[in-house]
Amino acid sequence: MAYDKFTVLRSTAVPLPIENIDTDQIIPARFLKATERVGFGDNLFRDWRYNADNTPKQDFILNNATYSGKILIGGKNFGSGSSREHAAWAIYDYGFRCVVSSFFADIFKNNCLNIGVLPVQVSPEFAEALFTAVHGNPAAEIEINLPEQTITLLSTGAQEKFDISPYKKENMMNGFDDIDYLQSIKPEIQEFASHLPI
Amino acid sequence: MSKTLFDKVWDRHVVRKIEGGPDVVFIDRHLIHEVTSPVAFLGLKTRGIKVLYPERTFATADHNTPTINQHLPVADPLSANQLKALESNSNEYGISHWGLGHQKNGIVHVVGPENGITQPGTTIVCGDSHTSTHGAFGAIAFGIGTSEVEMVLSTQCIMQPKPKKMRITVNGKLGLGVTPKDVALFIISQLTTSGATGYFVEYAGDVFENMSMEGRMTVCNLSIEMGARGGMIAPDETTINYVKGREFSPKGEAWEKAEAYYRTLYTDADAVFDKEYTYDGSTIEPMITYGTNPGMGIGISQHIPDAEHVEGGVATYEKSLGYMGFSEGDQMIGKKVDYVFVGSCTNGRIEDFRAFASIVKGRHKADNVTAWLVPGSHVVEAQIREEGILDILTEAGFTLRQPGCSACLAMNDDKVPAGKYAVSTSNRNFEGRQGPGARTLLASPLVAAAAAVTGVVTDPRTLIEELV
Ligand code: SF4
Repeated sequence: MAYDKFTVLRSTAVPLPIENIDTDQIIPARFLKATERVGFGDNLFRDWRYNADNTPKQDFILNNATYSGKILIGGKNFGSGSSREHAAWAIYDYGFRCVVSSFFADIFKNNCLNIGVLPVQVSPEFAEALFTAVHGNPAAEIEINLPEQTITLLSTGAQEKFDISPYKKENMMNGFDDIDYLQSIKPEIQEFASHLPI
Repeated sequence: MSKTLFDKVWDRHVVRKIEGGPDVVFIDRHLIHEVTSPVAFLGLKTRGIKVLYPERTFATADHNTPTINQHLPVADPLSANQLKALESNSNEYGISHWGLGHQKNGIVHVVGPENGITQPGTTIVCGDSHTSTHGAFGAIAFGIGTSEVEMVLSTQCIMQPKPKKMRITVNGKLGLGVTPKDVALFIISQLTTSGATGYFVEYAGDVFENMSMEGRMTVCNLSIEMGARGGMIAPDETTINYVKGREFSPKGEAWEKAEAYYRTLYTDADAVFDKEYTYDGSTIEPMITYGTNPGMGIGISQHIPDAEHVEGGVATYEKSLGYMGFSEGDQMIGKKVDYVFVGSCTNGRIEDFRAFASIVKGRHKADNVTAWLVPGSHVVEAQIREEGILDILTEAGFTLRQPGCSACLAMNDDKVPAGKYAVSTSNRNFEGRQGPGARTLLASPLVAAAAAVTGVVTDPRTLIEELV
């Protein structure tokens, strides 16, 4: 599915300094019943965000108007658990374009890259600095520069480089996905398959 | 050059290496289910492309199916809709489909091996993280997202960088009442839920060599719970005997060729891993988890550790214990249990029901416990009947449900109520995994059985010894 190109993102951020945020928290299984990719943002962090009677939980950060933005900063080991791409869809659909953490679970990270959410892995120290800065000043802006592969806390100028494979980087900057690529090499795949048993 | 088992299988499936990018990897077998496939099919339709090799994809309905009255129409309209979508998509693209009620229906990771779809040395993917289960056969098997499901449907390939390699060796004799589940929970408790992220694991050592295929599947299944992409075990006689003669296994001359290939699948003596861990199997106890991730496990006789002895942030640890209603220093034995769930792709196979029955035999279900016993497939269900296990269960006050994922992810009606404690043989104890507010204690079928008949967390060894 096509997504918006990603180059430079400058935004405030929402801090969620909890470790091991798993995909069942990001989107609980009972909200995976759709057959189309619509409306998953409504159920992002459903059980942290809403009480059983669907009233908002006041103490959860997404219900606190002070914090907003296109960047979500999560604790270590973000996105562990299930392979549900719905977790990445919910994050995208809610309006986030970038998740920052000191460590990501594999499948989640991959899913993000496939749908246009940029996972930015920073050092634990830098993650701490971001949490402190945003908690201290919710209006603090962060710049994610994909071409330069840098993340910058604009108020202090603190900056770190982040990793991304050149291939994925180009995809993100152009809004391409892997299926476009694979389609383009189909004859090579078919030739390869002809030598393998079923 | 010396290669690991993983290298041998991976390298054989690389169609193309992209400079500064991932490998294009050919996928031999693709399993799909109703929850993570509909949007992928929608993608195919939008792009106007076909399924390239429908004979390499297999569909089964499991995540979202009821586990009672499967002959009736599915009551939840959204679930019914997903099941219908799986069926119509499979029909439209010529994919074999084992829907609700089909005799081959069951949990995707149970039916794959049962029917010989899972074979050594193959690449297997599914839109479900516990696809790692199939690694028990020496296959490279891992979970993928829906975008990748679409890639496999349309080109039979995915694009991933080659992961790093880890070997986990466990030698020694396992103690009484210690099952493959305990070995896996023990390893995860040592490595934490992210300790193997970025790695593909090979399990080695006599503990795994001595395991049945069912046991190996339990271990490989849980690889993802320490963050690993997958886990695998080199095929041996046990593997070959299991695979031979199953419906989709190679036959005749093709089998001879396949078997010769299977026998090349082992790690060369001087091959190098990026990381190695070694444990002594004789020190492992029956395990149980006390927190909200599978790494928070301890030997059943132990006490919940203090925050200072645990890796990670104190706030996260306290949040987790708060959710569970437990305190640092608590003893697990004696804690009240409200629900017992035996099932899932982790422990929903025949051996698991045999183990459960071995303890409940001659005893009775505790009154305070609601027990959900859910076979992983119809084949398992039939075995339970044939082996007389059903009679043992019935006599002890238990009933058997119909196959499906059930309370493993609580997408259907099998939800543990808020605040209640469930001893579960499944794989995840995340907040709300088994229902909003539900509290999960992961354990083996033996520990589940001990809880089911006593109504509290109980060391199964005490019940086994009584029998001796
Ligand atoms: S039983 Fe649980 S883990 Fe296994 S396939 Fe079903 S939902 Fe996934």
